[in-house]
Amino acid sequence: MSVATKYELKLGAATREAFGRALVEVARENPNIVGCDADLSKSTMMTYFAKEFPTRFFECGIAEANMVAVGAGLAMAGKIPFVSSFSCFVMNKGFEQLRTDVAYPGANVKVVGTHSGISIGEDGPSQMSIEDLALAGALPGFTVISPADEVATKAAVKWAAAHFGGVFIRTGRAKVPVIYPADAKIEIGKANLLLPGTDVTLVAHGMMVAESIRAAEALDNEGISARVLDLHTIKPLDEEALARAARETGALVVAEEHLVDCGLGVRVAQAVARYAPAPMEFIGLETYAESGTPEGVPIKYGLTSAHIVAAAKKVIARKTK
Amino acid sequence: MQKTSNPQELAEIAKKIRRHIIEMIGAAKSGHPGGSLSAVEILVTLYWDVMRHDPANPKWPARDRFILSKGHAAPVLYAVMAECGYCPVDELKTLRKMGSIYQGHPDVRFLPALEASTGSLGQGLSLALGMSSAFKLDGLDSRAYVMLGDGESQEGQIWEAAMYGGYHKVDNVCAIVDYNKIQLDGFVKDILDVAPLADKWRAFGWHTIVIDGNDLQQVKAAFVEAAATKGKPTCIVANTIKGKGVSFMENNPKWHGVAPSPQEVELALKELV
Repeated sequence: MSVATKYELKLGAATREAFGRALVEVARENPNIVGCDADLSKSTMMTYFAKEFPTRFFECGIAEANMVAVGAGLAMAGKIPFVSSFSCFVMNKGFEQLRTDVAYPGANVKVVGTHSGISIGEDGPSQMSIEDLALAGALPGFTVISPADEVATKAAVKWAAAHFGGVFIRTGRAKVPVIYPADAKIEIGKANLLLPGTDVTLVAHGMMVAESIRAAEALDNEGISARVLDLHTIKPLDEEALARAARETGALVVAEEHLVDCGLGVRVAQAVARYAPAPMEFIGLETYAESGTPEGVPIKYGLTSAHIVAAAKKVIARKTK
Repeated sequence: MQKTSNPQELAEIAKKIRRHIIEMIGAAKSGHPGGSLSAVEILVTLYWDVMRHDPANPKWPARDRFILSKGHAAPVLYAVMAECGYCPVDELKTLRKMGSIYQGHPDVRFLPALEASTGSLGQGLSLALGMSSAFKLDGLDSRAYVMLGDGESQEGQIWEAAMYGGYHKVDNVCAIVDYNKIQLDGFVKDILDVAPLADKWRAFGWHTIVIDGNDLQQVKAAFVEAAATKGKPTCIVANTIKGKGVSFMENNPKWHGVAPSPQEVELALKELV
């Protein structure tokens, strides 16, 4: 897509809402698409699919392990199942089934986790998915996508429906700022350069993309030129874009609504260390958060543009002259 | 392959399968003889008499499916599939060796004619339910058969799946519990008893048939009854003898997961003539 120099961030749809709408669209075109949910379809927005395609919808009840494996069985008999629940439930309770029944035999199952991260707010840590990318990233052959907005989510769902293989799409509960115009080109596996910059690169996924844009604009006001990359595809990683960013800007900050352990940050660090070593800083969670407003919790737990700005200054100071 | 309903012929095939199991595990020097031997009559009846399948066309969309959820009994499945013509009989003794199509537990990457990779217990029933649901969507009258272990029935996912199958009336699924009463650490009743097993399946909405799972005629009759049962999935609780057919292995927890020595292989084969 074309590179903007200034962003006006307007609030758009939640990515789970975008998932629900997009699934119906792809399902109208492909009768092999089926859906499974675990008593949360009205929250995951699988409900749109269930209403339009009742015979292709499998309500599995609150039994995620069985749901994932039923999805695998459907895939083994030629269907294209989209399996959804809150990200923390489908990934944590369904992980063994994702490993043994989906990733290991190479079954064509699409997993959509909703209510990811801590921006779900009031429900608190038992419902907050902060380790889902570590888990999904540990599934060989999987494609792992964390879209930032409605347009990116639609692109992910459309791509997943056409791709043969395991896919995890991470979506959120709250409405998020619009990053992309409706006609934006989003290629799965390729980072999107959102803002050009030469002093530091801000790498983000999901809701932290908007925060990174805000951070870049704040840095710009202080004369610091920050590049912003939307790394919507966590796996496979766009190593080329990251190596180029490391070479051209000499420092990187990775910001994510996930544990710093085993999220995007460590994957980026692996690529940077391999191809273009550069200092890095990491914005993410150290531990479980708490109940609060969807706006308030990320502030308390360090996931804002101000935190990214501070990390950018720190990492720039570490650059070797 | 030549299918048959003749009890004498099936008994001969069963004996041949048991010999393969002993020889394979003996050659591998590791593996699970007890739970392979207990399941022989059930697999032989399925593959030679009951299931719609064609070894020359292993991906035939309208075929019936068999999933060995208790994947550690892989030797019985490999021996049966090899004798059916899915895979080479002369490679059976490569069991558990590097690069072998006969991996320690069933692995579709190495043997694509398998319906599922299993070995992590508790999951096959859910897979069968998913497959059967797909058959219904596609208007196929195919059936999915899945063999569970009794120890495996301690896994929570089995009961999630049982609840799902019963509630959704997935009547083209047939589960068979190889109820041989023994698991790795000892007798099931001393570890975490699963009894009363038939009552549990009935309570979950399954048509439940209790049989002697080492009796070929009872096994066949149960599958006929299962196929005729509409509006409910069927569970066959098959009372079997762990280590069946080899006197020193029968009903002895030692033989859950230990390979016979060359001398023991010889002794066992003398009983299987």
